Amino acid sequence: MQKLMLLGDEAIAQGAIDAGMSGIYAYPGTPSTEITEYILQSKEVKEKKIRAGWSTNEKTAVEGALGMSYVGKRAMTCMKHVGLNVAADAFINSSITGANGGLIVVSADDPSMHSSQNEQDSRFYGDFAMIPILEPSNQQEAYDMVHYGFDLSEKYRIPVMMRITTRLAHSRAGVVQSKMREQNEIRLSPNPKQFILLPGNARKQYKTLLVNQDAFRKESEQSVFNQYIDGPDKKMGIIACGLSFNYLMENYPRRISANPILKIGQYPIPVDQVRKMYDECDSVLVLEEGYPLIENHLRGLLNNGKQIKGRLDGTVPRDGELSPNLVAKALGMEVAEAKAIPSIVKNRPPALCKGCPHIFSFNAIKEAMNGTEKGHVFSDIGCYTLGFMEPYNAIDTCVDMGASITMAKGAADAGFLPALAVIGDSTFTHSGMTGLLDAVSDNSPITVFILDNETTGMTGGQTSAAHGRLESICKGLGVDPAHIRVLNPLPKTHEENVQVIREEIAYQGVSVIIPRRECIQTAARRLKTMKQTKEVTN
Amino acid sequence: MQDKMKKDIILAGVGGQGILSIAAIIGTAAVKAGYFLKQAEVHGMSQRGGDVQSNLRISNDPIASDLIPVGKADLIISVEPMEALRYVPMLSSEGWIITNTTPFINIPDYPSKEDLLKVIEEQHYHIKLDAESIAKEIGSVKCANVVILGAATPFLGLSYEQIEDAIRVMFGRKGEEIVNMNLAALKAGNEQAKQQIKLIR
Repeated sequence: MQKLMLLGDEAIAQGAIDAGMSGIYAYPGTPSTEITEYILQSKEVKEKKIRAGWSTNEKTAVEGALGMSYVGKRAMTCMKHVGLNVAADAFINSSITGANGGLIVVSADDPSMHSSQNEQDSRFYGDFAMIPILEPSNQQEAYDMVHYGFDLSEKYRIPVMMRITTRLAHSRAGVVQSKMREQNEIRLSPNPKQFILLPGNARKQYKTLLVNQDAFRKESEQSVFNQYIDGPDKKMGIIACGLSFNYLMENYPRRISANPILKIGQYPIPVDQVRKMYDECDSVLVLEEGYPLIENHLRGLLNNGKQIKGRLDGTVPRDGELSPNLVAKALGMEVAEAKAIPSIVKNRPPALCKGCPHIFSFNAIKEAMNGTEKGHVFSDIGCYTLGFMEPYNAIDTCVDMGASITMAKGAADAGFLPALAVIGDSTFTHSGMTGLLDAVSDNSPITVFILDNETTGMTGGQTSAAHGRLESICKGLGVDPAHIRVLNPLPKTHEENVQVIREEIAYQGVSVIIPRRECIQTAARRLKTMKQTKEVTN
Repeated sequence: MQDKMKKDIILAGVGGQGILSIAAIIGTAAVKAGYFLKQAEVHGMSQRGGDVQSNLRISNDPIASDLIPVGKADLIISVEPMEALRYVPMLSSEGWIITNTTPFINIPDYPSKEDLLKVIEEQHYHIKLDAESIAKEIGSVKCANVVILGAATPFLGLSYEQIEDAIRVMFGRKGEEIVNMNLAALKAGNEQAKQQIKLIR
């Protein structure tokens, strides 16, 4: 079969199409976004009538996928690592209900926080939910694991987690497709109580989950994705998970190691194989692309067994992603000192695009706040977070999706005024609406700016659930319509915008100001497509 | 047994300068020639004026790491001079830098062009060319990235014809005029490189 050159994300997407998935539910989040984008752009998906679309947030996405699984069809849901925090309620409880049609939850982690607030490790969540986790080491495995994952999910009637990291998600390599298979028909669960988590039921379901732990472990022991590669040098055994296996092999010119290696690509941890390594070797080096989860297990609280090397003893750095060179050092190999970057090279930090509407929103806010000391602008996650950088210095906080509104309210509750919140349109529907309701219920004197660029910008311009709905949502939540103000964020409207902002800051109740102008990137792409369509029809 | 072929290439530039297009052309040629390929990209910064790079690895053996180990890159292909220097730590002692000389200035503390060129000239194996001017002469500044690719062709481990074929594949649906313009851009860059290689040797 033809070899496709696919990103890790794309390999998962194509794998899902070929494995007979009926629907994908996701919220944009780097580095997972491309999975759903690939499916949205696929002709095959339209022909096969596979449901594909962006959800309002990761929780609604997981629940949508669970709903599809409930009726017997295969579904996938995708998010970045912090998105799993948002989806956690649905995710953890889906391991108690279990699945009907195959269900795969893909979580894409970001070690080194290339574009995230932290580098949390999603394997923790899979372990917490007590479900199998699949962690590919390369693009072919990412493709193969989808078919395997749906089968595993349907065999044990349990959601399966797939965990990837940035360097695989955004790296391209050859992938061989396997045979396509059909989607499932609608078929409800043979157990009519499966999805009801009243305590009496939930206890039974939970017992089933506990009983299945042994079976999941046996599957791991036999899994083709876990490989014990024996070696004569028993001074040290090496456990390598996911991508770290690649970095390890990169350091062996003929891909042969003297030390025994255990490659782990499926969890629960294959304990028997780990025990074999621990028994036969004097020490164990653990290489994990993420938190030292396996390392911690091996070490135990008291660390009074054999020497365990990894992040916790400084053999590899405690934080950040791994690399071939870090692994080489951990192996005790000669690593030449890297040359320094010539001092003439300056940083090019990401910045707001020239002409971005957010620039003019920030300019107006700053002028309206002239004279007030810094610290009063609570912001959120999106392109506008770049308002923190020079020369804007416009915002003071950015914590998690929707926190702008609720933190502003908390500060106002404490008497710290004025309290401004700056949030994007997509972030607002994701998790800002409930915070605004809190503020309305308390009549908090906060001023909320919903920067409406009519898109989910930072992740590449996906459609925003808020589009065309912001005013009616705010009115519906109970904001006084007289204090919902729409602005046009442009240089020529600067003076009138400043005036409106001053009025609403003075108002001692909830104000919502909506600076609205389309993102210049999505606008440019839209115009280009329109031009191309015109040329074709002419 | 087949000789080991491996090329570890860093492509560099600023978002929007077309380095992923160059990566795709090389990648298409390499895959057609039967080589293994891994290409790691940086996403998202391209819209926001940030530096972008791609790790492109070609080999006749299966490739392990998606990232090129520090100090093992054979080639830096850069469409921007300051970006070329950012990856100097990645380059092996025998590695080459192929770079455009036209700065992309979108930060307040961008260094002077003369200083940049001086530092580039201190790097032992380098080829530098004003890709914008060459591209304009050919017909469009948009093919500046392909001019740079042309200068890099002697170092890719692929034949010039294989790269030309890949350009035909990649740009075919845009029409014969675009294809020919890019082929001319490739040739112009290649000529520049040949002259400079002669001088170095």
